[in-house]
Amino acid sequence: MLSALATLLVCQLAGEVIVRALTLPLPGPVAGMALLFILMLARAPLPKALGDTADRLLKHLSLLFVPAGVGVVQHIDMLGREGLQLIAVVVLGTAITLTVTALTFEFLARLLAVDEIATDHDGTHEPGAGEP
Amino acid sequence: MSDFVKLWVYLSGSPLLWLTATLVAYVVADAIAARTGRHPLVNPVLLAVILVAGMLLATGTEYPAYFSGAQFVHFLLGPATVALAVPLFRYLPHVRRTALPMAVALVVGSLTAIVSAVLLAQAFGLDRASTLALAPKSSTAAIAMGIAETVGAEPALTAVLVILTGITGAIVVTPLMNALRLKNYAARGFAAGLASHGIGTARAFQVSPLAGTFAGIALGLNGLLTALLVPAVIEWLVK
Repeated sequence: MLSALATLLVCQLAGEVIVRALTLPLPGPVAGMALLFILMLARAPLPKALGDTADRLLKHLSLLFVPAGVGVVQHIDMLGREGLQLIAVVVLGTAITLTVTALTFEFLARLLAVDEIATDHDGTHEPGAGEP
Repeated sequence: MSDFVKLWVYLSGSPLLWLTATLVAYVVADAIAARTGRHPLVNPVLLAVILVAGMLLATGTEYPAYFSGAQFVHFLLGPATVALAVPLFRYLPHVRRTALPMAVALVVGSLTAIVSAVLLAQAFGLDRASTLALAPKSSTAAIAMGIAETVGAEPALTAVLVILTGITGAIVVTPLMNALRLKNYAARGFAAGLASHGIGTARAFQVSPLAGTFAGIALGLNGLLTALLVPAVIEWLVK
């Protein structure tokens, strides 16, 4: 657990350093994710402690957005007179983006016949278990 | 009564109070969401945010005081983002097989997110400042605020719009995908992460680890692509 947390933080820190050194247009943690991925590829299999810690963090990913969300409520007046139109653009734009992205993915997956793995999935799928 | 005031003054100056409040609000929100069988409309982020915002309003607490406690939760976003590499690694065979559909959906989806935001903003008669702030709304907050700065939009307004987009996507994705009769959880998750970044990804992980994995990939890749595309799209569509 501790070593796993240290691994995550080291990757994040290295990610921050890389992003700043190369002035990449992405946040440090995203670079850290790429770094950890490469590390795991180099030394598979995945350490169990790292897998468990990651699962625990990601299980409650929603919680981590609460402070930012509260900030939005406090700054909601920033939307100003155009608030309704802004929210309309957000809602419509998000629905359009979700639809177009998912349908494009699905269309190509069917065309290339690669979707059989994902479609028979019932939401209780555990990684590594019941793989066809 | 004055003892209570003293206690309040002491507690409100320490991070303990609002850290605890954030956790408790989320535990309550999550329990309510679980009771409804994870109904998409009962989004735990939105519910917890409403609970905490209500407490802040009732106690007249300013955001900086709240954040001094909540920052410990906020900080974990970094390690959690790094941790997205783990499901990605586990599902590597799936990810490899769907590389081409993902690549095309990424480019099409990213362009759709930016262009639809700009065109809708213009259709609703929004001014240039609002239109620019809306353009990067589907990318993750840190990236979107960076983009806002480079194109001359207000980063704080962009951050507000990004979070609203995340909550909207997390609420809308399940009913929308069901209405489209789309059962491919890789496609559903990928769309959630692309259109509504981390908050959409959090929702996807609640639905299934596979959907969450593809959402995480989309979140990372779309952040990068949005940063490259927004300046070009603005040049092209916004006078």
